[in-house]
Amino acid sequence: MLVGKRTWIFENKPVIISTGTVGGPFEAEGEIADDFDLLHADLWLAQDSYEKAHKILFEEACQKALEKAEIQKEQVQFLLAGDLINQITPTSFASRTIGAPYFGLFGACSTSMEGLALGAYIVNSNGAKYILTGASSHNTAVEKQFRYPTEYGGQKPPTSQWTVTGAGAALLSNSGEGPCVTSATIGRVIDMGMTDPFNMGGAMAPAAVDTIEAHLKERNVDPSYYDLIVTGDLGKIGRDVSLDLFKKHGTPITEEQFQDCGLIIYRDGQPVLSGASGAGCSATVVYGHLLNRMKKGDFKKMLVVATGALLSPLTFQQNETIPCIAHAVSIEYGEGE
Amino acid sequence: MSNNKKKQLTPVQQEYQELQKKRETKRPVVRNCIKAFLVGGFICLIGQLIQTFYIYYFDFTDQTVGNPTVGTLIFIVMLLTGFGVYDRIAQFGGAGSAVPVTGFGNAVISAAIEHRTEGFVLGVGGNLFKLAGSVILFGVFSAFVIVLIKTILIQWGGM
Repeated sequence: MLVGKRTWIFENKPVIISTGTVGGPFEAEGEIADDFDLLHADLWLAQDSYEKAHKILFEEACQKALEKAEIQKEQVQFLLAGDLINQITPTSFASRTIGAPYFGLFGACSTSMEGLALGAYIVNSNGAKYILTGASSHNTAVEKQFRYPTEYGGQKPPTSQWTVTGAGAALLSNSGEGPCVTSATIGRVIDMGMTDPFNMGGAMAPAAVDTIEAHLKERNVDPSYYDLIVTGDLGKIGRDVSLDLFKKHGTPITEEQFQDCGLIIYRDGQPVLSGASGAGCSATVVYGHLLNRMKKGDFKKMLVVATGALLSPLTFQQNETIPCIAHAVSIEYGEGE
Repeated sequence: MSNNKKKQLTPVQQEYQELQKKRETKRPVVRNCIKAFLVGGFICLIGQLIQTFYIYYFDFTDQTVGNPTVGTLIFIVMLLTGFGVYDRIAQFGGAGSAVPVTGFGNAVISAAIEHRTEGFVLGVGGNLFKLAGSVILFGVFSAFVIVLIKTILIQWGGM
């Protein structure tokens, strides 16, 4: 049901019945390594190109999610997923293996929540019984496309972020046990005229703030309704800027309540500069670490706001600014909903 | 130029960018310069040692020793790039590792490694000078301009 201009309330409460998360070697050394279903020691995943390894990452995440729910891939009605590579080939090629009817999505690093919002909408309106949704990124494949060759010695500024090697997938259903998707707010494309591709957090923060404030207003809840409001990959700078904006707008969101996936995934001391990024960042942290904590009872209600910078190397070279987007999805767990 | 860009921004964008600027981690320029000075100096020191070695033990002179020295440095860089070490040195050293000939070698070699998966002709061949190409182009062009100026000065200036 639509409330306000761009918020859906899911009264049938689609359930995330299982999730699958896969990570690479750098994530295995990170803070939340225990929350991954599968970790690879080799960045190549025994493939002969990084793009093929990227495809395998997503395939495995989907397989893990299906395995854990004991669902056959033939039972899945739709697959909604995407990544950052040109023409989202890793995801499309992985979908060839999975064989389910497929919607390819592109929302840069916001793809995870774009997929979850759409999936929940379809399940909520009885459009499907099982929907698989997810997002993935591969550090070297993405760096190769957006920046320099991986072994090139270019000094990264302190504002830059580290692309996650990982994939996260979630299986949504209209019935079953697990955290429920209760509402979603779709983001607008916001452009604050930022041009530095090595400072994505600073560019994306206004989009995250816009979506969060719209969500709270349209759902007519106070920020304290949520135990946790977690953004996708704003990193240190983006998070600080967002908090400044909330303060300026008078939105009472506390520092403890407002977290960022890009600051959760890695350990202090890993050379990630301003934090993590990539489509796989929010997907792995939310579908792995955060849902695990939710099931343990650490918190009951969270709002996940995946943020994406909609640029390409071409638009940057043509001196275009960086338009950004953020999609918010609320996930709730526990009795009395 | 940045002023020109600023003018096209709406007041809301300008206001945001000012707010954002306060939170943006600044590049440690002075520290980077010192690190670049040390790393760059160290690479040159190694180059000097190689040069001295060639002059002492082989039949090279001050004029002819340049080529084998550069060749050796590039070979070392090839190994460092291939083993994934050079980009780490570069994150520390910045311009210090980018400006010497080793930086140029790294730009070529890293592109070759990166595009190996697309085959030798379209991949390695087509992308080898992806980064280094403009260095060569503008390097040759600026040399041409300098020579032109020199020639004009000698011919007509009577120097």
